[in-house]
Order: sequence, then structure tokens, then C-alpha cells
Amino acid sequence: MTQAKGSPASPGPAGWSQYNLPDAQGHFGQFGGRFVAETLMHALDELEAVYRERMGDKGFQAQFKEELRSYVGRPTPLYHAERLSTELGGAQVYMKREDLNHTGAHKINSALGQALLAKHMGKRRIIAETGAGQHGVASATVAARLGLECVVYMGEEDVRRQSPNVYRMKLLGATVVPVTSGSKTLKDALNEAMRDWVTNVDHTHYIIGTVAGPHPYPMIVRDFQSVIGEETRAQCLDTLGRLPDTLVACVGGGSNALGLFYPFIRDESVRLVGVEAGGYGIASGQHAAPLSAGVPGVLHGNRTYLMEDEDGQIIATHSVSAGLDYPGVGPEHAFLKDAQRAEYVAVTDDDALAAFHHVTRKEGIISALETSHALAWILEHAPKLPKDHVIVVNLSGRGDKDIFTIAEREGISL
Amino acid sequence: MSRLATRFAARKAAGQKALVTYLVAGDPEPQATLPALRALAAGGADVIELGVPFSDPEAEGPDIQAGCERALRHGVKLRDVLAMAKAFRQENSETALVLMGYLNSVERMGYETFAEAAAEAGIDGLILVNLPPEEADALQRRLAARDLDLIFLLAPTTTEARARAILKRASGFAYYVSLKGTTGAGHIDPEDVATRLAPLRTMSDLPIAIGFGIRDGETAQRMAPLGDGVVVGSAIVRRMGTLSLEEQPAELEGFARSLREALDASC
Repeated sequence: MTQAKGSPASPGPAGWSQYNLPDAQGHFGQFGGRFVAETLMHALDELEAVYRERMGDKGFQAQFKEELRSYVGRPTPLYHAERLSTELGGAQVYMKREDLNHTGAHKINSALGQALLAKHMGKRRIIAETGAGQHGVASATVAARLGLECVVYMGEEDVRRQSPNVYRMKLLGATVVPVTSGSKTLKDALNEAMRDWVTNVDHTHYIIGTVAGPHPYPMIVRDFQSVIGEETRAQCLDTLGRLPDTLVACVGGGSNALGLFYPFIRDESVRLVGVEAGGYGIASGQHAAPLSAGVPGVLHGNRTYLMEDEDGQIIATHSVSAGLDYPGVGPEHAFLKDAQRAEYVAVTDDDALAAFHHVTRKEGIISALETSHALAWILEHAPKLPKDHVIVVNLSGRGDKDIFTIAEREGISL
Repeated sequence: MSRLATRFAARKAAGQKALVTYLVAGDPEPQATLPALRALAAGGADVIELGVPFSDPEAEGPDIQAGCERALRHGVKLRDVLAMAKAFRQENSETALVLMGYLNSVERMGYETFAEAAAEAGIDGLILVNLPPEEADALQRRLAARDLDLIFLLAPTTTEARARAILKRASGFAYYVSLKGTTGAGHIDPEDVATRLAPLRTMSDLPIAIGFGIRDGETAQRMAPLGDGVVVGSAIVRRMGTLSLEEQPAELEGFARSLREALDASC
């Protein structure tokens, strides 16, 4: 980092109990903000105004809640993984079952909220970027549900790796556009979605899939995903009579992690752990862990930690999981890292795969490769923690989409 | 008076419009750039925007994306771009030179280091596509301290209040993005540009150049009367991508001259 901008990362004079970011300009300390082409500035202002108005509207809140209940299937269970906990011999592991949502991941919470906003703004077309395809499927699903046109941008490389999800999106009536520029993965899909949005901004809403992008997106996606943490909080108080000790989630852009963490940020006793994709290991340079090994910079509308070279060019990332294969991360995570409110670690492809198999056999839950990174952290750390320590992991998605990738890696032809 | 202001003022005094051209530095290879800069200047460019190649040029259409990728394959860095600009400046003190790119390149180098190096290279201004005025204070202060202009963009979606605020803090010239879209898009609409530019012209005396979608003499001629100058970029970058190193200078000079003549015929 070459500029000292804004104040050092701190929750403010009142401490974490009054945590209330972003500020009016969308900043989380030095991170966040709004770094886009002038053409989009008005659309972002409009989105922010509509969002604030809708969130203050009881009718909208009730509608969102009802859609989450009857269409998405919320609340999702908080499941005590007893066999796993007993085997590990330490902390009690609880799983927040976002994999049981309609479409199989947490992504639909925010896609649904944003599509309702789009509909309210009179936008008849939505666009989305997707890596693993989960956000694309969620967007295509809510578009079908609400009668909106949907175009999904997906890197050509990811179209190949995630063909079941591509077909799913097409079945739902969406147009999937393979992106052939740059590295042909998630970051390039984001670039292409931005180009579409700048061209069709009058009648199109861009449903960003994670807690990144220009303000107000990191705030909007976080707020819609916070249903995860709010339910977890109530479920813990209800069944355990207390707050959990540790929350763990995988972090690509970071929406499932922030959805879980956010309602607990003010509770300083709760430890927050974000697990990034370590790929072949941080030392190899081939990973997707900007919080663990990146530097602050500006990409895709916000200032955050990025993987870049000494000239500021964004460098290629690697992860076995397409959903974590992204060189940036949500700006609020960047802030929470610098402020030392959350800690971020990296788990390698191999450890994530091992955890995938272990938990599948032990608990009968096939988790997504993204999620498996968080499970790997638990396999390593739960044994060292006392038996009354409660860990909640965000089981952010199911792994059906990944079975071809895993089989191919292990030399099995399906 | 800055070189940018001088060039625009001179054209205005002569009842003419300024020609602003763009190319990606180091595209398709580093040694192409200095001859290309000379050719554009010889063909009548008043201002040359030298594109800083970036890995994720999210506001660019396919031509400039491809130009960035060609330059990056040769490992062209911001420091190399500054060196190219300096080499050109040593032999040409008339043509205004503006760097155009994305904030992360400048951020990585550091605002202060960049401002110092840019001034030393003889650069006149900077356009950062993804740096709106709201986030620009720290950089603009450092540029202004060295008489470098930070050029802001105005778009068809910019509200009147925003346009007023942007024009108030802009220097050098303002860049009017003629359409909703990426660079090199094909749907420019002169009537829409005329309608939207008219109020902007009353807000400030700052020269306004019109860009995005101006591809040839004909479109340049149609847009010219609406502003103080036109920007031609993708059409040049496309030529750089298809012509050999030997062909580029003569072709570029001829193309710039054809644009210059079209502009002069429009007045």
C-alpha cells in the first residue's frame, strides 16, 4: 500500500459495540468506496436511494421474509454435527445448513432481495456474473420466479468446469454468455457484466453475487445475507442458551462469511474466522487468498485487498473451487482484517478435498468445494479446543455441482 | 497556461476543433509506440491520450481490450509508459500528452511518485476511467501541485447537479462520453449528444471533448460542432492490431490527417 488514506482500521471511538459501517460514501475505513465509470454513478445513486427506501418499508420487509420462507425454504437448520464433534474430540461443531436453501447455496438470499429491488425500480432485465455457477443459478431462478429477463456472464474456463450449472441456468430461461477475455474466469465475467451494465443501464439491474463491487453493493449484499447470522444467533440462544464461541466460513468474495459474521460483529466475544483458498499453498503463489497474501488496491469498483503484481496488474489466481477463484475480496473483510476483528487464514486445495471426503462420510453431507475449505479449518482446529467450545460453520452450499471436478481430479470417469 | 489549455484555446481562436487521439502504450509491441506518437502528431493530433495497459479494463470495448492484452504480453509497465512519453516529449513540445487508464496502476506506484514521474516525463494530464471526483481529492492535490490536469468524464447519465460539481473541479478539458456503453461502441447518436451537451456548455468555459464511438471522418465531422474537440481511440487501436510495424506510421498519420480534414470541413 502506497497511500495512507482515511483513518487506520478502527470501529470508531465507541468500539465494536457501536460498529456501523460503511459511512455515507460507502467506505469501511480506507476500503470500499465507488470506483466506476461516470456512466454508472447515477445508477448507483439510484440503487442506494431505492434500497434505503425499501428497507424502511414494512411491506417490502414482509414480502422479502415471506419469499425467503415459502420459496427459499428458510429458516435453514442449525445442525449439531455430533459424530464429527465426537471424533475430533474437542469443540462442538454446528453447521448452518445454507446448502438446504432452494438452489443449494446461500446465494439465493441476496439474488432474491436484489431481484425484488430490480422489479421495484422497473428494470425488466437482470444480469449477473458467476464463477461456480451458484450465483448464476440463483439469479436465473429468481428471474424466472419474477418474470425478468436474465443474462449471466461466466468465464469460458468456468463454463467448462461447471457444465451442470450452465445447463441448469439455460433450463431456467437464462442466457449464459461465455467470457473469453483475460483469464476467462470470474474476474473477467465481472468485467464483462460491468460492460453490459454500462451499455444497458436504463433497463438493467446488475445483481452482483458477493459483498464486493462499488457502494452500495457490499452493503446491500451483506444486509440480504445477514439473515444467515440473524437466524444463527437466534438458534444458538434458543437451543444453547448462549452465543457461539467461533464462527467459520469460506471467503472468496466473502458473502456467506459476512452474512454469518455481520450480526455478531458487535459481540466481541465471538471469534470470526474466514478461510481463503490456498490453492497449491501460499508459498507457491498459486492461490486465491488476497487477505492472506495480497495488497490493497482498486478493482471492480472498490478498494480492497487484491492479488496483483508490482505494476498493479491483477494476477491469475488458482483454486480447485471455482467459486473462490477470485483475486479480490469484499471491502468489509479487508477492514475487519486490518482492524483485527476477524482473522483470515488459507487452506490448500488438497486439505479442502480431504475435508470434503471426511465430512461427506462422517455426516452424510456433501458440501461444496468452497465450503470444504471452512471444514478443513475445523478438522485442524476443533480438536485443540475445549469440549464446551461452540463452533458454527456456514455450510454455504451443497457439493453436487462439484462431483465431476472431484471425480476428474481423482481419475474417475463418470 | 497549460499545454492542454493552449492547444484547445488555439483551435478555438482559429474557429477549429481539437483532435484528440488515443493509443495503447506498447501496443502491439513497445517499439511501435514512439513512431505512432510521431505519426499522430504529424497528422494533426492536438492531444494524444497514451493508454496505460491494464489487466482488467472494464470500461473498454473489444478493440482496446485487445490492445491492452497485446501490450501486456510484452510486459509493458507504467514506468515503461512514462519512459515512452518522455522520449516523445524530448522531441515534441507542442502536442499535449495525457495518460489514460485505471486507478490501480497509479495507486500501486503511489500518488506522489507518479505525480513526480509524470511531471518529469512532460505529461500534461491524466484520465482515470474508474476514478470519480468523489474519490479523487488526494490524487488531484498531488497532480495540481505539479500543474498536471486531472481530466474528468461526463456521461449521458450524469445529472445536472453532478455535472456542475464535476466541471467546477475539472481542469484541462472535460471528456464527454457520448453514449452509454464501452469505448468503440457503434451506436452514437448526434441528436442525443447535442441535447445533453447544450446545458453542459453553459455551465463552464472548460473545453469539452466528445469521445466513445467516433470512428472515422464522417462521425468526427458530425460530432465536432457539438463540442470543442473529438476523441478517436478504438479505430486507431484496431489499426495498430492489424498493421505491421513498418506500415503503422504512414497509416496512422494518414488517418489522423483525414480526421483533421474532416474536422476542418465541419466548421
